[in-house]
Amino acid sequence: MKTAKRAERLRTAYLALLLLFLYLPMAVVILYSFNASKTDARWAGFTLDWYRKLLHNRALMEALVNSLVLAGFSCLSAAVVGTLGAVGLARRDFKAKGLLESLSTLPIMIPEIILGMAFLAFFSFLSIPFGMPTLVLAHTTFCIPYIFLVVKGRLAGLDPSIGEAARDLGASEARMFLDVTLPLIAPAVLSGTLLAFAMSLDDVVISFFVTGPATNTLPVKIYSQIKTGVSPEINALCTLMLLATFLIICALGAVSKASEKRHDD
Amino acid sequence: MKANRKKRKDRLPGLAVLPLAAFTVFFVAIPLLYIAALSFLKRDVLWGVTNEFTLENYTRMLDPLYLGTFADSLELAFLTTAVTAAAGYPFGYFMARLPKKKKSLMLLLVTVPFWTNALVRIYGWIILLRSGGPINGFLVGIGLIDAPIRFLYTYGAVLLGMVYSLLPFMILPVYSSAEKLDWSLVEAARDLGASKAKAFWTVAFPLTMPGVLSGVVLVFIPSVGLFFLSDLLGGGKIMLVGNLIKNQLLVARDWPFGAALSLVLMGMTALMIALYRKAAKARDLEGWF
Repeated sequence: MKTAKRAERLRTAYLALLLLFLYLPMAVVILYSFNASKTDARWAGFTLDWYRKLLHNRALMEALVNSLVLAGFSCLSAAVVGTLGAVGLARRDFKAKGLLESLSTLPIMIPEIILGMAFLAFFSFLSIPFGMPTLVLAHTTFCIPYIFLVVKGRLAGLDPSIGEAARDLGASEARMFLDVTLPLIAPAVLSGTLLAFAMSLDDVVISFFVTGPATNTLPVKIYSQIKTGVSPEINALCTLMLLATFLIICALGAVSKASEKRHDD
Repeated sequence: MKANRKKRKDRLPGLAVLPLAAFTVFFVAIPLLYIAALSFLKRDVLWGVTNEFTLENYTRMLDPLYLGTFADSLELAFLTTAVTAAAGYPFGYFMARLPKKKKSLMLLLVTVPFWTNALVRIYGWIILLRSGGPINGFLVGIGLIDAPIRFLYTYGAVLLGMVYSLLPFMILPVYSSAEKLDWSLVEAARDLGASKAKAFWTVAFPLTMPGVLSGVVLVFIPSVGLFFLSDLLGGGKIMLVGNLIKNQLLVARDWPFGAALSLVLMGMTALMIALYRKAAKARDLEGWF
Protein backbone atom coordinates (compact mmCIF):
# COMPACT_ATOMS: atom_id res chain seq x y z
CA MET A 1 0.00 0.00 0.00
CA LYS A 2 2.82 2.33 0.94
CA THR A 3 4.70 1.62 -2.28
CA ALA A 4 1.56 2.28 -4.30
CA LYS A 5 1.28 5.69 -2.72
CA ARG A 6 4.92 6.42 -3.42
CA ALA A 7 4.52 5.35 -7.01
CA GLU A 8 1.52 7.63 -7.29
CA ARG A 9 3.52 10.54 -5.92
CA LEU A 10 6.43 9.84 -8.26
CA ARG A 11 4.04 9.77 -11.17
CA THR A 12 2.54 13.12 -10.25
CA ALA A 13 6.00 14.62 -9.82
CA TYR A 14 7.03 13.37 -13.24
CA LEU A 15 3.91 14.75 -14.94
CA ALA A 16 4.41 18.10 -13.22
CA LEU A 17 8.08 18.24 -14.15
CA LEU A 18 7.40 17.61 -17.82
CA LEU A 19 4.67 20.24 -17.87
CA LEU A 20 7.11 22.67 -16.26
CA PHE A 21 9.59 21.84 -19.02
CA LEU A 22 6.94 22.57 -21.67
CA TYR A 23 5.73 25.81 -20.13
CA LEU A 24 8.80 27.38 -18.54
CA PRO A 25 10.10 29.02 -21.74
CA MET A 26 6.69 30.49 -22.52
CA ALA A 27 6.30 31.77 -18.97
CA VAL A 28 9.73 33.39 -19.17
CA VAL A 29 8.86 35.20 -22.41
CA ILE A 30 5.66 36.57 -20.89
CA LEU A 31 7.31 37.56 -17.61
CA TYR A 32 10.19 39.37 -19.25
CA SER A 33 7.90 41.32 -21.54
CA PHE A 34 6.83 43.23 -18.41
CA ASN A 35 10.34 43.65 -17.01
CA ALA A 36 11.60 47.24 -16.86
CA SER A 37 15.23 46.21 -17.25
CA LYS A 38 16.33 45.97 -20.86
CA THR A 39 19.19 43.51 -20.75
CA ASP A 40 19.37 42.08 -17.26
CA ALA A 41 17.95 38.82 -16.09
CA ARG A 42 17.09 40.52 -12.81
CA TRP A 43 13.59 41.88 -12.21
CA ALA A 44 13.61 45.69 -12.30
CA GLY A 45 9.93 46.39 -11.89
CA PHE A 46 6.73 46.16 -13.90
CA THR A 47 6.38 48.12 -17.12
CA LEU A 48 4.22 48.30 -20.23
CA ASP A 49 6.89 50.27 -22.12
CA TRP A 50 7.80 47.44 -24.43
CA TYR A 51 4.23 47.11 -25.62
CA ARG A 52 4.09 50.85 -26.27
CA LYS A 53 7.36 50.65 -28.21
CA LEU A 54 6.06 47.67 -30.14
CA LEU A 55 2.98 49.58 -31.29
CA HIS A 56 5.24 52.27 -32.71
CA ASN A 57 7.57 49.83 -34.40
CA ARG A 58 6.35 50.14 -37.95
CA ALA A 59 8.33 47.19 -39.38
CA LEU A 60 7.00 44.75 -36.79
CA MET A 61 3.41 45.98 -37.11
CA GLU A 62 3.62 45.65 -40.87
CA ALA A 63 4.90 42.09 -40.52
CA LEU A 64 2.03 41.33 -38.13
CA VAL A 65 -0.57 42.61 -40.60
CA ASN A 66 1.11 40.66 -43.41
CA SER A 67 1.00 37.47 -41.37
CA LEU A 68 -2.67 37.89 -40.48
CA VAL A 69 -3.69 38.67 -44.07
CA LEU A 70 -1.63 35.76 -45.33
CA ALA A 71 -3.04 33.30 -42.78
CA GLY A 72 -6.59 34.50 -43.43
CA PHE A 73 -6.38 34.22 -47.22
CA SER A 74 -4.56 30.89 -47.17
CA CYS A 75 -6.76 29.12 -44.66
CA LEU A 76 -9.97 30.32 -46.30
CA SER A 77 -8.97 29.26 -49.80
CA ALA A 78 -7.61 26.00 -48.40
CA ALA A 79 -10.91 25.48 -46.58
CA VAL A 80 -12.84 25.69 -49.85
CA VAL A 81 -10.45 23.50 -51.83
CA GLY A 82 -9.88 20.98 -49.04
CA THR A 83 -13.54 20.59 -48.06
CA LEU A 84 -14.81 20.24 -51.62
CA GLY A 85 -12.03 17.79 -52.34
CA ALA A 86 -12.77 15.63 -49.30
CA VAL A 87 -16.52 15.60 -49.99
CA GLY A 88 -16.04 14.85 -53.68
CA LEU A 89 -13.52 12.08 -53.03
CA ALA A 90 -15.82 10.46 -50.50
CA ARG A 91 -18.57 10.22 -53.13
CA ARG A 92 -16.50 9.02 -56.02
CA ASP A 93 -14.17 6.24 -56.95
CA PHE A 94 -11.61 6.48 -59.68
CA LYS A 95 -8.28 4.98 -60.51
CA ALA A 96 -6.00 7.77 -59.36
CA LYS A 97 -7.95 8.38 -56.14
CA GLY A 98 -5.34 6.85 -53.85
CA LEU A 99 -2.55 8.70 -55.63
CA LEU A 100 -4.39 12.01 -55.41
CA GLU A 101 -5.06 11.48 -51.72
CA SER A 102 -1.45 10.77 -50.84
CA LEU A 103 -0.12 13.54 -53.09
CA SER A 104 -2.45 16.12 -51.62
CA THR A 105 -1.37 15.29 -48.07
CA LEU A 106 2.30 15.13 -49.02
CA PRO A 107 3.02 18.77 -48.04
CA ILE A 108 2.67 17.97 -44.35
CA MET A 109 4.39 14.59 -44.58
CA ILE A 110 7.75 15.69 -45.97
CA PRO A 111 10.24 17.97 -44.19
CA GLU A 112 9.13 21.57 -44.74
CA ILE A 113 12.49 22.57 -46.13
CA ILE A 114 11.94 20.41 -49.22
CA LEU A 115 8.66 22.11 -50.01
CA GLY A 116 10.31 25.49 -49.38
CA MET A 117 13.10 24.69 -51.81
CA ALA A 118 10.67 23.32 -54.42
CA PHE A 119 8.56 26.48 -54.24
CA LEU A 120 11.59 28.74 -54.44
CA ALA A 121 12.87 26.98 -57.55
CA PHE A 122 9.46 26.58 -59.20
CA PHE A 123 8.22 30.14 -58.60
CA SER A 124 11.41 31.65 -59.90
CA PHE A 125 11.22 29.36 -62.93
CA LEU A 126 7.74 30.76 -63.61
CA SER A 127 9.07 34.21 -62.71
CA ILE A 128 6.24 34.94 -60.30
CA PRO A 129 7.44 37.92 -58.24
CA PHE A 130 8.28 36.86 -54.69
CA GLY A 131 6.07 38.43 -52.06
CA MET A 132 2.45 38.11 -51.02
CA PRO A 133 1.29 36.09 -54.09
CA THR A 134 3.96 33.41 -53.65
CA LEU A 135 3.37 33.33 -49.89
CA VAL A 136 -0.38 32.81 -50.34
CA LEU A 137 0.15 30.03 -52.90
CA ALA A 138 2.69 28.25 -50.71
CA HIS A 139 0.66 28.58 -47.52
CA THR A 140 -2.55 27.46 -49.20
CA THR A 141 -0.73 24.36 -50.40
CA PHE A 142 0.31 23.27 -46.93
CA CYS A 143 -2.98 24.38 -45.32
CA ILE A 144 -5.09 22.16 -47.60
CA PRO A 145 -3.94 18.82 -46.07
CA TYR A 146 -4.98 19.86 -42.54
CA ILE A 147 -8.52 20.70 -43.63
CA PHE A 148 -8.72 17.78 -46.04
CA LEU A 149 -7.73 15.23 -43.39
CA VAL A 150 -9.97 16.62 -40.65
CA VAL A 151 -13.01 16.76 -42.97
CA LYS A 152 -12.22 13.33 -44.40
CA GLY A 153 -12.14 11.93 -40.88
CA ARG A 154 -15.53 13.47 -40.10
CA LEU A 155 -17.07 12.20 -43.36
CA ALA A 156 -15.89 8.68 -42.59
CA GLY A 157 -17.88 8.83 -39.34
CA LEU A 158 -21.09 9.97 -41.05
CA ASP A 159 -23.99 7.67 -41.78
CA PRO A 160 -24.26 7.57 -45.61
CA SER A 161 -27.95 6.71 -45.42
CA ILE A 162 -28.75 10.29 -44.34
CA GLY A 163 -27.52 11.62 -47.66
CA GLU A 164 -29.16 8.81 -49.58
CA ALA A 165 -32.47 9.58 -47.88
CA ALA A 166 -32.20 13.20 -49.05
CA ARG A 167 -31.46 12.04 -52.59
CA ASP A 168 -34.37 9.62 -52.55
CA LEU A 169 -36.64 12.43 -51.48
CA GLY A 170 -35.63 14.23 -54.65
CA ALA A 171 -32.88 16.58 -53.49
CA SER A 172 -30.27 17.39 -56.10
CA GLU A 173 -26.61 16.66 -55.41
CA ALA A 174 -25.97 20.35 -54.72
CA ARG A 175 -29.01 20.62 -52.39
CA MET A 176 -27.89 17.54 -50.53
CA PHE A 177 -24.42 19.01 -50.07
CA LEU A 178 -25.74 22.37 -48.83
CA ASP A 179 -28.60 21.10 -46.67
CA VAL A 180 -27.31 17.79 -45.34
CA THR A 181 -23.57 17.25 -45.70
CA LEU A 182 -22.30 20.76 -45.04
CA PRO A 183 -24.15 21.31 -41.73
CA LEU A 184 -22.92 17.92 -40.55
CA ILE A 185 -19.28 18.55 -41.39
CA ALA A 186 -19.28 22.26 -40.47
CA PRO A 187 -17.54 21.73 -37.10
CA ALA A 188 -14.79 19.71 -38.82
CA VAL A 189 -14.37 22.38 -41.50
CA LEU A 190 -14.12 25.05 -38.81
CA SER A 191 -11.60 23.19 -36.66
CA GLY A 192 -9.54 22.26 -39.73
CA THR A 193 -9.52 25.90 -40.79
CA LEU A 194 -8.45 27.08 -37.34
CA LEU A 195 -5.68 24.48 -37.32
CA ALA A 196 -4.55 25.66 -40.76
CA PHE A 197 -4.67 29.29 -39.57
CA ALA A 198 -2.42 28.47 -36.62
CA MET A 199 -0.01 26.52 -38.83
CA SER A 200 0.20 29.40 -41.29
CA LEU A 201 0.93 31.88 -38.49
CA ASP A 202 3.53 29.47 -37.15
CA ASP A 203 5.41 28.78 -40.36
CA VAL A 204 9.03 29.92 -40.57
CA VAL A 205 10.72 27.51 -42.94
CA ILE A 206 8.52 27.74 -46.04
CA SER A 207 7.89 31.49 -45.67
CA PHE A 208 11.63 32.00 -45.34
CA PHE A 209 12.12 30.67 -48.87
CA VAL A 210 9.16 32.19 -50.70
CA THR A 211 9.01 35.66 -49.16
CA GLY A 212 10.18 38.63 -51.18
CA PRO A 213 12.61 41.38 -50.16
CA ALA A 214 9.75 43.80 -49.49
CA THR A 215 7.40 41.47 -47.61
CA ASN A 216 8.12 40.17 -44.14
CA THR A 217 5.93 37.78 -42.25
CA LEU A 218 6.02 37.93 -38.49
CA PRO A 219 7.89 34.65 -37.90
CA VAL A 220 10.51 35.54 -40.55
CA LYS A 221 10.95 38.95 -38.95
CA ILE A 222 11.19 37.48 -35.46
CA TYR A 223 13.70 34.94 -36.74
CA SER A 224 16.02 37.60 -38.09
CA GLN A 225 15.60 39.70 -34.92
CA ILE A 226 16.31 36.84 -32.54
CA LYS A 227 19.44 36.03 -34.52
CA THR A 228 20.86 39.41 -33.66
CA GLY A 229 19.97 39.21 -29.99
CA VAL A 230 17.36 39.35 -27.28
CA SER A 231 15.12 42.41 -27.09
CA PRO A 232 12.18 43.18 -24.78
CA GLU A 233 10.07 44.37 -27.71
CA ILE A 234 10.26 40.87 -29.14
CA ASN A 235 9.18 39.58 -25.73
CA ALA A 236 6.09 41.76 -25.93
CA LEU A 237 5.37 40.63 -29.48
CA CYS A 238 5.82 36.96 -28.58
CA THR A 239 3.47 37.41 -25.63
CA LEU A 240 0.82 38.82 -27.96
CA MET A 241 1.30 35.86 -30.29
CA LEU A 242 0.85 33.47 -27.38
CA LEU A 243 -2.34 35.31 -26.49
CA ALA A 244 -3.59 34.99 -30.09
CA THR A 245 -2.89 31.26 -30.06
CA PHE A 246 -4.68 30.90 -26.77
CA LEU A 247 -7.74 32.64 -28.25
CA ILE A 248 -7.70 30.29 -31.26
CA ILE A 249 -7.60 27.29 -28.93
CA CYS A 250 -10.51 28.66 -26.91
CA ALA A 251 -12.50 29.18 -30.12
CA LEU A 252 -11.74 25.62 -31.10
CA GLY A 253 -12.85 24.35 -27.72
CA ALA A 254 -16.12 26.26 -28.10
CA VAL A 255 -16.66 24.74 -31.56
CA SER A 256 -16.17 21.19 -30.38
CA LYS A 257 -18.33 21.77 -27.28
CA ALA A 258 -21.14 23.18 -29.41
CA SER A 259 -21.00 20.30 -31.87
CA GLU A 260 -20.92 17.74 -29.03
CA LYS A 261 -23.98 19.34 -27.53
CA ARG A 262 -25.78 19.19 -30.86
CA HIS A 263 -24.94 15.51 -31.09
CA ASP A 264 -26.41 14.85 -27.71
CA ASP A 265 -29.67 16.55 -28.61
CA MET B 1 -35.14 8.21 -65.47
CA LYS B 2 -32.83 6.08 -63.44
CA ALA B 3 -29.93 6.42 -65.86
CA ASN B 4 -30.47 10.15 -66.02
CA ARG B 5 -30.30 10.43 -62.28
CA LYS B 6 -27.15 8.38 -62.10
CA LYS B 7 -25.44 10.67 -64.56
CA ARG B 8 -26.34 13.72 -62.54
CA LYS B 9 -25.12 12.05 -59.40
CA ASP B 10 -21.68 11.49 -60.80
CA ARG B 11 -20.84 14.87 -62.24
CA LEU B 12 -20.91 17.17 -59.22
CA PRO B 13 -18.61 15.21 -56.89
CA GLY B 14 -16.16 14.99 -59.78
CA LEU B 15 -16.25 18.77 -60.18
CA ALA B 16 -15.75 19.21 -56.44
CA VAL B 17 -12.51 17.24 -56.60
CA LEU B 18 -11.21 19.39 -59.45
CA PRO B 19 -9.75 22.31 -57.44
CA LEU B 20 -7.95 19.90 -55.11
CA ALA B 21 -6.59 17.91 -58.04
CA ALA B 22 -5.48 21.06 -59.86
CA PHE B 23 -3.78 22.49 -56.77
CA THR B 24 -2.07 19.22 -56.01
CA VAL B 25 -0.76 18.81 -59.54
CA PHE B 26 0.39 22.42 -59.93
CA PHE B 27 1.81 23.12 -56.52
CA VAL B 28 2.87 19.75 -55.18
CA ALA B 29 3.61 17.35 -58.03
CA ILE B 30 5.08 19.73 -60.59
CA PRO B 31 7.37 21.67 -58.18
CA LEU B 32 8.72 18.40 -56.77
CA LEU B 33 9.28 16.98 -60.26
CA TYR B 34 10.92 20.25 -61.20
CA ILE B 35 13.51 20.03 -58.43
CA ALA B 36 14.01 16.36 -59.30
CA ALA B 37 14.91 17.45 -62.83
CA LEU B 38 17.00 20.34 -61.51
CA SER B 39 19.12 17.97 -59.46
CA PHE B 40 20.46 16.35 -62.64
CA LEU B 41 21.44 19.60 -64.32
CA LYS B 42 24.76 21.35 -64.34
CA ARG B 43 25.08 24.60 -62.50
CA ASP B 44 25.69 27.76 -64.49
CA VAL B 45 28.52 30.06 -63.48
CA LEU B 46 26.15 32.79 -62.39
CA TRP B 47 23.43 31.40 -60.18
CA GLY B 48 21.41 29.63 -62.83
CA VAL B 49 21.38 26.25 -64.49
CA THR B 50 22.46 24.95 -67.89
CA ASN B 51 20.65 22.26 -69.81
CA GLU B 52 23.52 19.83 -69.49
CA PHE B 53 22.83 16.51 -67.79
CA THR B 54 25.10 15.55 -64.92
CA LEU B 55 25.29 13.23 -61.95
CA GLU B 56 27.85 15.47 -60.31
CA ASN B 57 25.35 16.89 -57.81
CA TYR B 58 24.92 13.42 -56.37
CA THR B 59 28.53 12.27 -56.51
CA ARG B 60 29.50 15.48 -54.77
CA MET B 61 27.57 14.36 -51.71
CA LEU B 62 30.10 11.56 -51.21
CA ASP B 63 32.61 14.20 -50.16
CA PRO B 64 33.43 13.42 -46.51
CA LEU B 65 32.40 16.97 -45.59
CA TYR B 66 28.82 16.40 -46.78
CA LEU B 67 28.67 12.79 -45.61
CA GLY B 68 29.67 14.13 -42.22
CA THR B 69 26.77 16.58 -42.28
CA PHE B 70 24.35 13.78 -43.10
CA ALA B 71 25.81 11.62 -40.33
CA ASP B 72 25.56 14.48 -37.80
CA SER B 73 21.97 15.19 -38.80
CA LEU B 74 20.93 11.57 -38.51
CA GLU B 75 22.72 11.24 -35.19
CA LEU B 76 20.91 14.28 -33.83
CA ALA B 77 17.59 13.02 -35.22
CA PHE B 78 18.11 9.60 -33.59
CA LEU B 79 19.10 11.19 -30.30
CA THR B 80 16.09 13.51 -30.42
CA THR B 81 13.77 10.61 -31.17
CA ALA B 82 15.25 8.48 -28.39
CA VAL B 83 15.04 11.24 -25.80
CA THR B 84 11.49 12.27 -26.74
CA ALA B 85 10.40 8.61 -26.65
CA ALA B 86 11.97 8.05 -23.23
CA ALA B 87 10.61 11.30 -21.77
CA GLY B 88 7.29 11.34 -23.60
CA TYR B 89 6.14 7.74 -23.51
CA PRO B 90 5.34 7.58 -19.78
CA PHE B 91 3.58 10.93 -20.08
CA GLY B 92 1.22 9.73 -22.79
CA TYR B 93 0.71 6.44 -20.98
CA PHE B 94 -0.08 7.96 -17.57
CA MET B 95 -2.29 10.59 -19.19
CA ALA B 96 -4.54 7.87 -20.59
CA ARG B 97 -5.01 6.48 -17.07
CA LEU B 98 -6.06 9.75 -15.44
CA PRO B 99 -9.70 10.41 -14.51
CA LYS B 100 -11.70 12.00 -17.32
CA LYS B 101 -11.64 15.62 -16.14
CA LYS B 102 -7.91 15.64 -15.46
CA LYS B 103 -7.33 13.86 -18.73
CA SER B 104 -8.91 16.56 -20.86
CA LEU B 105 -7.02 19.24 -18.96
CA MET B 106 -3.74 17.41 -19.60
CA LEU B 107 -4.64 16.97 -23.25
CA LEU B 108 -5.22 20.70 -23.53
CA LEU B 109 -1.91 21.44 -21.78
CA VAL B 110 0.01 19.21 -24.17
CA THR B 111 -1.67 20.59 -27.29
CA VAL B 112 -1.10 24.25 -26.44
CA PRO B 113 2.65 24.06 -27.26
CA PHE B 114 1.76 22.22 -30.46
CA TRP B 115 -0.29 25.24 -31.55
CA THR B 116 2.07 27.96 -30.43
CA ASN B 117 4.74 29.41 -32.62
CA ALA B 118 7.94 27.36 -32.52
CA LEU B 119 10.07 30.50 -32.62
CA VAL B 120 8.33 32.03 -29.62
CA ARG B 121 9.04 28.92 -27.58
CA ILE B 122 12.65 28.65 -28.74
CA TYR B 123 13.09 32.31 -27.92
CA GLY B 124 12.08 31.47 -24.35
CA TRP B 125 14.97 29.02 -24.16
CA ILE B 126 17.38 31.63 -25.50
CA ILE B 127 16.37 33.95 -22.68
CA LEU B 128 16.67 31.15 -20.13
CA LEU B 129 20.01 29.78 -21.32
CA ARG B 130 22.03 32.87 -22.17
CA SER B 131 24.92 33.74 -19.89
CA GLY B 132 23.06 36.68 -18.34
CA GLY B 133 19.89 34.61 -18.12
CA PRO B 134 17.93 33.36 -15.11
CA ILE B 135 19.37 29.83 -15.04
CA ASN B 136 22.94 31.08 -14.85
CA GLY B 137 21.86 33.82 -12.48
CA PHE B 138 20.32 31.24 -10.18
CA LEU B 139 23.32 28.91 -10.27
CA VAL B 140 25.74 31.74 -9.54
CA GLY B 141 23.38 33.12 -6.90
CA ILE B 142 23.30 29.93 -4.86
CA GLY B 143 27.05 29.67 -5.22
CA LEU B 144 27.08 26.44 -7.19
CA ILE B 145 29.23 27.99 -9.91
CA ASP B 146 31.49 31.05 -9.92
CA ALA B 147 31.06 32.21 -13.49
CA PRO B 148 28.16 31.68 -15.91
CA ILE B 149 28.26 28.43 -17.87
CA ARG B 150 27.94 28.63 -21.61
CA PHE B 151 24.71 26.74 -22.35
CA LEU B 152 23.68 28.58 -25.47
CA TYR B 153 25.29 27.85 -28.85
CA THR B 154 26.24 24.28 -27.95
CA TYR B 155 25.22 20.87 -29.25
CA GLY B 156 23.29 20.29 -26.05
CA ALA B 157 21.23 23.42 -26.62
CA VAL B 158 20.27 22.27 -30.13
CA LEU B 159 19.29 18.83 -28.81
CA LEU B 160 17.27 20.47 -26.04
CA GLY B 161 15.49 22.67 -28.58
CA MET B 162 14.68 19.70 -30.80
CA VAL B 163 13.35 17.60 -27.93
CA TYR B 164 11.38 20.53 -26.62
CA SER B 165 9.81 21.38 -29.99
CA LEU B 166 8.91 17.82 -30.90
CA LEU B 167 7.90 16.33 -27.55
CA PRO B 168 4.12 16.82 -28.08
CA PHE B 169 4.40 14.82 -31.31
CA MET B 170 5.52 11.84 -29.26
CA ILE B 171 3.17 12.29 -26.31
CA LEU B 172 -0.02 12.64 -28.35
CA PRO B 173 0.18 9.45 -30.46
CA VAL B 174 1.28 7.42 -27.43
CA TYR B 175 -1.65 8.83 -25.51
CA SER B 176 -4.10 8.02 -28.27
CA SER B 177 -2.99 4.40 -28.49
CA ALA B 178 -2.90 3.99 -24.69
CA GLU B 179 -6.38 5.48 -24.60
CA LYS B 180 -7.68 2.78 -26.95
CA LEU B 181 -5.96 0.06 -24.95
CA ASP B 182 -8.20 -2.58 -23.45
CA TRP B 183 -7.13 -2.36 -19.80
CA SER B 184 -8.93 -5.56 -18.91
CA LEU B 185 -6.10 -7.38 -20.73
CA VAL B 186 -3.58 -5.86 -18.34
CA GLU B 187 -5.81 -6.77 -15.39
CA ALA B 188 -6.11 -10.32 -16.69
CA ALA B 189 -2.33 -10.62 -16.79
CA ARG B 190 -2.16 -9.31 -13.22
CA ASP B 191 -4.85 -11.77 -12.09
CA LEU B 192 -2.88 -14.59 -13.63
CA GLY B 193 0.02 -13.64 -11.40
CA ALA B 194 2.16 -11.36 -13.55
CA SER B 195 4.01 -8.64 -11.68
CA LYS B 196 3.13 -5.02 -12.47
CA ALA B 197 6.32 -4.62 -14.51
CA LYS B 198 5.80 -7.87 -16.33
CA ALA B 199 2.17 -7.05 -17.16
CA PHE B 200 3.33 -3.72 -18.55
CA TRP B 201 6.16 -5.06 -20.71
CA THR B 202 4.35 -8.09 -22.07
CA VAL B 203 0.83 -6.68 -22.47
CA ALA B 204 0.48 -2.91 -22.30
CA PHE B 205 3.71 -1.88 -24.00
CA PRO B 206 3.33 -4.01 -27.16
CA LEU B 207 -0.26 -2.78 -27.51
CA THR B 208 0.85 0.85 -27.42
CA MET B 209 3.61 0.22 -29.97
CA PRO B 210 1.59 1.72 -32.88
CA GLY B 211 1.51 5.01 -30.97
CA VAL B 212 5.25 4.89 -30.34
CA LEU B 213 5.86 4.20 -34.03
CA SER B 214 3.68 7.15 -35.11
CA GLY B 215 5.55 9.27 -32.60
CA VAL B 216 8.92 8.16 -33.96
CA VAL B 217 7.91 9.09 -37.52
CA LEU B 218 6.39 12.40 -36.46
CA VAL B 219 9.50 13.35 -34.49
CA PHE B 220 12.19 11.98 -36.76
CA ILE B 221 11.04 13.51 -40.05
CA PRO B 222 10.87 17.16 -39.00
CA SER B 223 14.00 16.91 -36.88
CA VAL B 224 16.18 16.62 -40.00
CA GLY B 225 14.91 19.81 -41.55
CA LEU B 226 14.57 22.31 -38.70
CA PHE B 227 17.45 24.53 -39.80
CA PHE B 228 16.38 27.51 -37.72
CA LEU B 229 16.85 25.57 -34.49
CA SER B 230 20.52 24.95 -35.05
CA ASP B 231 20.89 28.51 -36.33
CA LEU B 232 19.37 30.01 -33.20
CA LEU B 233 20.45 27.62 -30.46
CA GLY B 234 23.63 26.28 -32.04
CA GLY B 235 24.86 29.68 -33.17
CA GLY B 236 25.44 28.40 -36.70
CA LYS B 237 28.23 26.12 -35.52
CA ILE B 238 26.22 22.95 -35.90
CA MET B 239 25.64 22.11 -39.53
CA LEU B 240 22.64 19.91 -40.31
CA VAL B 241 21.22 18.81 -43.64
CA GLY B 242 18.60 21.53 -43.33
CA ASN B 243 21.27 24.20 -42.90
CA LEU B 244 23.25 22.76 -45.79
CA ILE B 245 20.24 22.97 -48.12
CA LYS B 246 19.44 26.48 -46.95
CA ASN B 247 23.02 27.60 -47.57
CA GLN B 248 23.13 26.05 -51.02
CA LEU B 249 19.99 27.93 -51.95
CA LEU B 250 20.54 31.30 -50.38
CA VAL B 251 24.28 31.66 -49.85
CA ALA B 252 26.15 29.52 -52.37
CA ARG B 253 23.31 29.91 -54.88
CA ASP B 254 23.90 26.37 -56.12
CA TRP B 255 20.35 25.28 -56.79
CA PRO B 256 21.06 21.96 -58.51
CA PHE B 257 23.10 20.78 -55.54
CA GLY B 258 20.45 22.04 -53.14
CA ALA B 259 17.85 20.16 -55.16
CA ALA B 260 19.90 16.97 -55.07
CA LEU B 261 20.28 17.29 -51.29
CA SER B 262 16.51 17.80 -50.92
CA LEU B 263 15.84 14.73 -53.03
CA VAL B 264 18.10 12.57 -50.90
CA LEU B 265 16.39 13.92 -47.79
CA MET B 266 13.04 13.10 -49.35
CA GLY B 267 14.24 9.59 -50.14
CA MET B 268 15.19 9.15 -46.50
CA THR B 269 11.76 10.40 -45.45
CA ALA B 270 10.01 8.05 -47.86
CA LEU B 271 12.05 5.18 -46.47
CA MET B 272 11.00 6.07 -42.94
CA ILE B 273 7.33 6.24 -43.91
CA ALA B 274 7.57 2.96 -45.83
CA LEU B 275 9.14 1.26 -42.82
CA TYR B 276 6.45 2.70 -40.62
CA ARG B 277 3.64 1.58 -42.92
CA LYS B 278 5.11 -1.86 -42.84
CA ALA B 279 5.20 -1.90 -39.07
CA ALA B 280 1.84 -0.31 -38.41
CA LYS B 281 -1.32 0.56 -40.21
CA ALA B 282 -1.24 3.92 -41.95
CA ARG B 283 -4.54 4.93 -40.47
CA ASP B 284 -2.94 5.46 -37.07
CA LEU B 285 -0.86 8.27 -38.51
CA GLU B 286 -3.72 9.69 -40.53
CA GLY B 287 -5.94 9.72 -37.49
CA TRP B 288 -3.54 12.22 -36.03
CA PHE B 289 -4.35 15.22 -38.13
